[in-house]
Amino acid sequence: MTSEIFQLVLMTVVTAATPLILAAIGELVTERAGVLNLGVEGMMIMGAALAFAGAYLTGSTTLGAICGMLAGVAMAALFGLLTIGFAINQVAAGLALTIFGTGLSGLLGAGFVGLKRDRPGHVHIPGLSDLPYVGQLFFGEDIFVYIAFGLVAGAAWFLSRSRTGLALRATGDNHQSAHALGLPVRRTRFLAALFGGACAGLAGAYLTLAYTPFWSPGMTAGRGWIALALVVFASWKPWRVVLGALLFGGATMLQLHAQAASIGLPGQLLSAVPYLATIVALVLLSSGARKNATAPAALGQAFIAPR
Amino acid sequence: MKKTSFKLALISAVAFAAATSAFAAEKLKVGFVYVGPVGDFGYSYQHDQGRIAMQKALGDKVETTFLENVPENDSDRSIEQLARSGHKLIFTTSFGYMEPTLRVAKKFPGVKFEHATGYKRAENVSTYTAKFHEGRYVIGQIAGKMTKTNTIGYVASFPIPEVVAGINAFMLGAQSVNPNVKVKIVWANTWFDPGKEADAAKALLAQGADIISQHTDSAAPLQEAEKAGKLGFGQASDQFRFAPKAQMSAIVDDWSSYYIERTKAVLNGTWKSKDTFGGMDADMVHMAPFTNMPDDVKKMAEETFAAIKAKKLNPFKCPVLDQDGKAVECKDGKALTDKQITSMNWYVKGVDDKLPK
Repeated sequence: MTSEIFQLVLMTVVTAATPLILAAIGELVTERAGVLNLGVEGMMIMGAALAFAGAYLTGSTTLGAICGMLAGVAMAALFGLLTIGFAINQVAAGLALTIFGTGLSGLLGAGFVGLKRDRPGHVHIPGLSDLPYVGQLFFGEDIFVYIAFGLVAGAAWFLSRSRTGLALRATGDNHQSAHALGLPVRRTRFLAALFGGACAGLAGAYLTLAYTPFWSPGMTAGRGWIALALVVFASWKPWRVVLGALLFGGATMLQLHAQAASIGLPGQLLSAVPYLATIVALVLLSSGARKNATAPAALGQAFIAPR
Repeated sequence: MKKTSFKLALISAVAFAAATSAFAAEKLKVGFVYVGPVGDFGYSYQHDQGRIAMQKALGDKVETTFLENVPENDSDRSIEQLARSGHKLIFTTSFGYMEPTLRVAKKFPGVKFEHATGYKRAENVSTYTAKFHEGRYVIGQIAGKMTKTNTIGYVASFPIPEVVAGINAFMLGAQSVNPNVKVKIVWANTWFDPGKEADAAKALLAQGADIISQHTDSAAPLQEAEKAGKLGFGQASDQFRFAPKAQMSAIVDDWSSYYIERTKAVLNGTWKSKDTFGGMDADMVHMAPFTNMPDDVKKMAEETFAAIKAKKLNPFKCPVLDQDGKAVECKDGKALTDKQITSMNWYVKGVDDKLPK
């Protein structure tokens, strides 16, 4: 395998993992605050539709990405209003959000079907980007990839090192105690949900702006659900989201490459590999000694302030 | 005063409802079930174009409804919903709707069903499909001529007869002009997931393929080919707009004449369960303009198209050799029968892949 192919394979793994990382890190922060939003797929597809529309109309990838994030935020605000404002069941509201987003994105995006845009350019740092094997991989990806990793680093620092992050975790673990301490439970949860929406919207924007630069209804094809599963897989720890996404993306890409190289196994068996790998990793992780890595204790519970 | 106006409104509402339902009763309600979004600019889009053409041709005699993005393994209720809401003719347009269509058809003997690309029929269930493989033979020839690396990539969906026959026809077309050609197959195991289809194309390009052919529904693999400066073909619909520098042609499905004919048959009361397998000769399969190729290749492709249309050339002309090099039984003497093609579960010689048994 030449250095070029080696690098190409690894780069496709990273790009396959990027939308998953973006959506999952947003959902992780939301869930650490105690809010279970199953509407990731719906927020993501809305982000995908409006990012493409915005980018097409303004001609700017950046403005498109902002439109996508705002679409995700709007969807999350609706979810927050229902579940945090009116204390409606989070599971039902999240599922409804996905169905709503899938339908609405098809309607809003109808006029943009069949149009195409150019992809945003890749980062290029003279010298560094031209290094063999790793140059392109580390210094020549598109900008979304760096944003995704930046967000993970930011979320990891925020959750474990900052005071606000501590308050957010307290809200997710025991909202009654947090409330008794004078922490603004509902405001924290609402903002965390909005952050999740922005990230899911950005993940959708990545699909229509960089990954496959066109809009077509239903094109997220279940990535929102995989992102949700990744949060559990990562046992609510930010850097493990990256690990899980790279593992899943890597297994997906490797099985495609294995098929293209005709190694003689049926493609259907190879297609199951990413899922098998994920299950095996999940079993290994949960059977390990780290028993502290459990879900936020108040996850999915509505908070109603005692009077 | 208030009461009277309410009564009046009620009466007029009832009268209006009665009038519209009497009006609607004269119309034939025709339902369509699509596996993808109508906006896929591929397979489901072409079916919807057929629906629109039929609606146009028959005007106010018919009323059409369509359901898009209906998952194959959960389609019973969608089909049943159409049957319950008064649709008398229902087209289910994907292979995986076969069993659900038959199950629902049993419950509604008065409703006519038309299932695309399947092989099981009933009193009130017809099947229809187009000879897409004729188009695949043509693009196989083009690919065989145009490849420089002698390696062609093929993004496939699911190992069902239609797809397998497509791979075989493509291979035979490519081999007819280039004995050294290799076709690499990647199963994406999806009909529509642009990201995954693009990933499959990337894998094939990385393994040295310089032409990408696809049997999945989005334009993503073709776009990947264009990005890499390579060539490809559109799927089910002319996808030139997505890749003006890469698309050499596309197999275009045309269902309009069939939808018009079958809906007319229901209107006239002459509808009978049957199997239709039409190709280029029946105008069910067209080719998009031949572009991005030298004139001699274009001429060859046009001649092949004309020959198949005139029934002078059959892609599955005997002898057809299977993967082990054995000649496949030739049931009607000259070429494989329609039945052999619609139930194909083996590869021709030279295909470098294994089908799950």
